Amino acid sequence: MADLPYRIVIGLEVHVQLLTQTKLFCGCSTRFGQPPNSATCPVCLGLPGALPVMNRRAFDLAVKAALALNCRIASFTKWDRKNYYYPDLPKNYQISQYDLPFSSDGHLDIQTPEGTKRIGIIRAHLEEDAGKLLHEEGGSGKDSLVDLNRTGTPLLEIVSQPELSAPEEAKAYLEELRLLLKALEISDCEMQEGSLRCDANVNIHVPHADGVAATPIVEVKNLNSFRAVERAIKFEANRQYGQFQSDGKKLGDRGVSKATAGWDDVRGVTVVQRRKEEASDYRYFPDPDLVPIEVDSAWIAEVRALLGELPAAQRTRLQSQYALSAYDTEVITRQGRPFVAYFEELARGCGDAAEAKNWLTNEILQTLNDRKSDVRAFPQPADAIAELIREAKATGLNKQRARDVYAHMVSEGGTAKEVIKKLGFTPVTDEGQLRDIVRRAMAANAKAVTDFKNGKVKAADAIKGAVMRETKGMARTEMVQQILLEELQRA
Amino acid sequence: MIEHTAADLLATLRKGDGSAESLTGAFLDAIRQRDTRVRAFLHVDEAAALEKAHDIDARRKRGEPLGALAGIPVAVKDVLCTAGQRTTCGSKVLQSFVPPYDAHVISRLRRADAVLIGKTNMDEFAMGSSTENSAYQITRNPWELACTPGGSSGGSAAAVAACETPLALGSDTGGSIRQPASLCGVVGLKPTYGRVSRFGLVAFASSLDQVGPLTHDVRDAALLLEVIAGHDARDSTSVDRPVPKYTRTLDDPVQPLTIGVPREYFGAGLDGEVEQAVRAALKVYEKAGTKLLDVSLPYSQYAVATYYVVATAEASSNLARYDGVHYGHRAAKHDDLIDLYCRSRGEGFGAEVKRRIMLGTYVLSSGYKDAYYVKSLQVRRLIKDDFDRAFAQCDVIAGPVSPTAAFRLGDRSDDPLAMYLSDIYTISANLSGIAGISIPCGFTKGGLPIGLQLQAPPFEEEKLLRVARMHERATDWHTRRPKL
Amino acid sequence: MSLTVDDTRWVAHLARLQLADAELATMTRQLGAILDYVTQLQQARTDNVEPLAHPLPIHNVFRDDSPAPSLSVDAALANAPQRRDNFFAVPAVLD
Repeated sequence: MADLPYRIVIGLEVHVQLLTQTKLFCGCSTRFGQPPNSATCPVCLGLPGALPVMNRRAFDLAVKAALALNCRIASFTKWDRKNYYYPDLPKNYQISQYDLPFSSDGHLDIQTPEGTKRIGIIRAHLEEDAGKLLHEEGGSGKDSLVDLNRTGTPLLEIVSQPELSAPEEAKAYLEELRLLLKALEISDCEMQEGSLRCDANVNIHVPHADGVAATPIVEVKNLNSFRAVERAIKFEANRQYGQFQSDGKKLGDRGVSKATAGWDDVRGVTVVQRRKEEASDYRYFPDPDLVPIEVDSAWIAEVRALLGELPAAQRTRLQSQYALSAYDTEVITRQGRPFVAYFEELARGCGDAAEAKNWLTNEILQTLNDRKSDVRAFPQPADAIAELIREAKATGLNKQRARDVYAHMVSEGGTAKEVIKKLGFTPVTDEGQLRDIVRRAMAANAKAVTDFKNGKVKAADAIKGAVMRETKGMARTEMVQQILLEELQRA
Repeated sequence: MIEHTAADLLATLRKGDGSAESLTGAFLDAIRQRDTRVRAFLHVDEAAALEKAHDIDARRKRGEPLGALAGIPVAVKDVLCTAGQRTTCGSKVLQSFVPPYDAHVISRLRRADAVLIGKTNMDEFAMGSSTENSAYQITRNPWELACTPGGSSGGSAAAVAACETPLALGSDTGGSIRQPASLCGVVGLKPTYGRVSRFGLVAFASSLDQVGPLTHDVRDAALLLEVIAGHDARDSTSVDRPVPKYTRTLDDPVQPLTIGVPREYFGAGLDGEVEQAVRAALKVYEKAGTKLLDVSLPYSQYAVATYYVVATAEASSNLARYDGVHYGHRAAKHDDLIDLYCRSRGEGFGAEVKRRIMLGTYVLSSGYKDAYYVKSLQVRRLIKDDFDRAFAQCDVIAGPVSPTAAFRLGDRSDDPLAMYLSDIYTISANLSGIAGISIPCGFTKGGLPIGLQLQAPPFEEEKLLRVARMHERATDWHTRRPKL
Repeated sequence: MSLTVDDTRWVAHLARLQLADAELATMTRQLGAILDYVTQLQQARTDNVEPLAHPLPIHNVFRDDSPAPSLSVDAALANAPQRRDNFFAVPAVLD
């Protein structure tokens, strides 16, 4: 990153949808992509007299996430209503958590070029999602359309400390968070489907004669990809610098309040939204339709037991246990828990972690990417690929042939041994047979033999090439070399 | 026949005298003859009621098992959702609203084979003490048509008093069952918060609302409570505790019995005739060997103020959903979305509802929330603590229901605060979640009914009903019926 | 405590209630009177008193994460003041 005349300060507010079957307060399905308004009931439609009842699994998932983020779990938490009018919010209040969130004070470690950096988590709380508004295109253009399928889907809001100091760090934070939440099956974190959403609070600190000036904080919204988060922050920081140069306005100045900006991905700019003529007044108060939740240490222990090994710990272990580089470890862990499990099985099965890593990060990852599939759907179990690695080594099957066998195993099935046989990749190991082939090759390359005799050692390569062609590469190179040398000396 | 209690009518039907259909017919006749004057009902579905009654008769003939209220008409306050049938809450906002589901208590009534005879009038969204805040009609007190039946369950109270139905359901947020019961000379019971599911009860103030029976006597109240009480998984605030067989123990007097008499309930503002009748009722208990104990509820002086902060704060949020977007009234003319909200709500709500939404919005708004809302919740705890202390010394607490008997229609409609102050004896029960009942205990010289209020600790309905029944068995106020 | 017409107007906006000018004046007067009455709460000593939002000490009420039937699209939209296809329609929302 080029040296900037300012320091960027970023805090992220991330919303993730929890992987429950049903909504936070009713039994409607949370499945993505159902026909409009087909997954609603009196509760999520906000019909008069309907009442919310809390989904236990949503709360457990939220606690799991909070524990993974090293948060403190409150022993007492409650539900509050956030009151505001919007057509995608049928009750005109959102059930959320205000002054007593179920968790707070956590952290997430991210990898930066300068090493590991710890980012504080202010709080994580649960709330219900709103519905979707569609802005009618064409036609009269006068109406907006409301789909309430998403209304009431459980959302976990995770608020970081403003401790991210570069767009790249924001991206790293999001990637680490996604890895964690996916690994724990808390959320599928699909930004495209809206199951992970992110707003960035950005301002800059500009050094000047009297110290450091902080610009007013802008909340950047409409960030639809990690790339967008990075780009938007970069743009916004620069925009604030320009603004500061021209108006000198600082955070905390009279009349300066937090502004909101939308990211325009096509134009690559943030657009500061015209300040609403009113400050919002959400009139939070405890939701009288819901009762508080008391969490005891037994409950926390129960959830903690389900956590398993978290990505950060996993990285350290893989690096030392399998002597992997930091880079390779990152590539493997980033793919998620099933991929790591596959790697460990493969390494065990073939007895060579380096080879296992090579196969996994080259061939297998390529196959998965081509197929847009997950390791759980990979057609060959780890021990089958381990067998291939062992066979290749034992028989001297070269890399290209081994790849051919792999490709066949993946597309057509079969064990390594079966496929090797089927493709005629059985190695020529009989010395007499190989000596015959060498002699024929020498006969056919008389000039090369002469050249060799005259001291041109390189000339032997042509004969070796002919032998390899003849054996379809199935002879072990060292053996060919040995026999060829003997025959040339004898000639 | 229409003057009989539900318990008597059930006994008659069980004996095979008469039919549910003829009984329902008799009540429908009564509604036709009397309700043009009383105006208790908003909707009466004659065909459906008769069909249900006919079906019950057929099942009885076939010897099939029947529910606890088989063939008995029940009127329901229009605050309770009825599937496929309009539920207006006395508001223009919900003029054409048809819920796709039944309230929990409605399901219970159907399962008990009750005949749902109609929906009764109420103050809009249960906000009021006279039923004058209905967007549709003014209900009159069957004892004196120029007077209010009380509110907000005025329709249900008047319907029972006028013998247009033997049983009715109301809802009580600050006295809305007990006060109209008192003013109409019937029995009205507000159960403990959490005793009856609120699912399908259109919310006014969620931490205070409770559904309860309005009946001719305590026995019928026990009968109806037995049907509607109990746990419902769809209401998080519904409590999972067994429901005693109230009707079985009803006639067992509570002995020994100590009744607490709060001195704060007999201070300034209490009408002389009401005080006299209430004191006479206490004498009845004393004669039966009951100990009367002077108790104090010092924080009750703040009850009205506390209530009007807590209730309106919750209401301002509960009623935010009536915005003309997903259901309910939408203004015909509007410039944009915000204008649509403001006009739909401005047109749809009546003056009292607007006033309370405004008050509730104000007390929650930034800068005022601590001084009003949070403060009121603190005082609410002190009010509850008062009751806990008092109940440590006595079984039930007795006093008046309302400072006066029924007042004349229109008398208080210009002074909201005066109207609020008439809830002074009833709202503490809602704030502290305890049970309360109003039973007839006399009449004014002018012939207007007076009620006695008894209050019991949470989930002590069984004891409360037995204590109320002791008075009923010693008096005959509950047998009086207005001439109509 | 004196409530101004501007205060009332602001609260009416928060509550999305259209009030005619005449209504605004009456409302200001009535709300002012009620608030004056309610102000007596300040006399109650409430140091260290925990606010009571719920009359009963119930907690931890949950349901299982098992699907229940939803309404049909037509039932969901049955009360809609304005329906377009399978959506609720509202005047354009301008961000």
